[in-house]
Amino acid sequence: MADVTRMKPPLSDEDILKLKIGDSVLITGKIYTARDAAHKRLFELAQKGEKLPIDLKGNVIYYAGPAPTKPGYIIGPAGPTTSGRCDPYTPTLLAQGLKGMIGKGVRSKEVRDAMQEYKAVYFAATGGAAALISKNIKAVKIVAYEDLGPEAIRELEVENFPVIVANDAFGGDLYQEGIKKYKR
Amino acid sequence: MEANYYLGDDVIKAFKDGLKREESATGKDILNQLLQNAEIAKQEDIPICQDCGFAVVFLDLGTEVYVKGNIIDAINEGVRKGYTEGYLRKSIVSDPIKGKNTGDNTPAIVHTTLVPGDKIKITVAPKGGGSENMSEVRMGKPADGIEGVKDFVIDRVLRSSANPCPPIVVGVGIGGTFEYVAFLAKKALLRNIGERHPDPFYADVETELLQRINKLGIGPMGLGGRITALDVFIETHPRHIASFPVAVNINCHVARHKTAII
Repeated sequence: MADVTRMKPPLSDEDILKLKIGDSVLITGKIYTARDAAHKRLFELAQKGEKLPIDLKGNVIYYAGPAPTKPGYIIGPAGPTTSGRCDPYTPTLLAQGLKGMIGKGVRSKEVRDAMQEYKAVYFAATGGAAALISKNIKAVKIVAYEDLGPEAIRELEVENFPVIVANDAFGGDLYQEGIKKYKR
Repeated sequence: MEANYYLGDDVIKAFKDGLKREESATGKDILNQLLQNAEIAKQEDIPICQDCGFAVVFLDLGTEVYVKGNIIDAINEGVRKGYTEGYLRKSIVSDPIKGKNTGDNTPAIVHTTLVPGDKIKITVAPKGGGSENMSEVRMGKPADGIEGVKDFVIDRVLRSSANPCPPIVVGVGIGGTFEYVAFLAKKALLRNIGERHPDPFYADVETELLQRINKLGIGPMGLGGRITALDVFIETHPRHIASFPVAVNINCHVARHKTAII
């Protein structure tokens, strides 16, 4: 593995502007899980100008809905889900100060543009490596929307969670660049 | 439960073979993570992926078998038990528009085929949503021929890009009707990695498609690289003279299926 950058949320504009596509990053600290169902609720609150159940400023959202926790475990397997389903809601959350997103798969042009405008990054985690990723999660607490089950918002305490910068705040897109580089 | 905990040896071998051929450092890291992940899941009896899938069941029912009671209810009871006791994620919503999570991952999708004999063969293939969403049925023209099929498959994989969790397995159905071709593509995914179609013509098409897909550059998790697909499987059926149905069903790298014969 190439050079690894270590990041601890909350993230500042300065932290974000250090990151370029393809960078390997290890995240330690607090992040929040939210899938599209939770996004829809956050989006609707933000549109009405109401207070959100979590403060997004400088924070990182992880698109994930873990499997149930086996007795003796901190959390069930918890890999990333497809980020694209959150795209319609994401620019609004970025405007609220969200700085990082962790997921898998490509983002819409609207999201990529908003990332440049509000200075944010999108990290790719390894989809399907859910059992492995769960070992980087040291504590978990449901903080909102418990009724959504696996889709509830959870605060995770992570340690050295390995991710790769897929979209940076300069408009870079590793999904496009990667294909360009390896296409035969 | 076993299908969700233990990844098949064929897939593990495909990851290891892929590791030798992958050119991207990131791609190699990801393949190594997938191998580690499969090992952890197996050692600890925990799911490989948090998306434990829609329980898709292929039921081959021998015509000489007498089943007392409702076999579909029995299958759903098995799914309920497996997903609850096995700490598997429940991902099924009771109604597509108005529904809530059913809480036990039922109902299963059951494809029943009557076969000769006195045995029941049950194959469970839990299917994740991310890759299912990248699948497609196309009603083409007979003039499209095999080249049209190849172009459609390549285009579908290219448009799916990173979303279905590559390296993927690609199931292709050709022929039949609108609904049957999708079933064929799903059934194709039950084959083990490396298992070629018995007809040399389609076996060659499978090999060619796999090579072409692995030249697209998508790579593991779509971050660029060589290993985009682990295999391509084709299933065919007679068609109407006017129709040319083609279906592509994509599976993520967690190519799970488990069979029992009673």
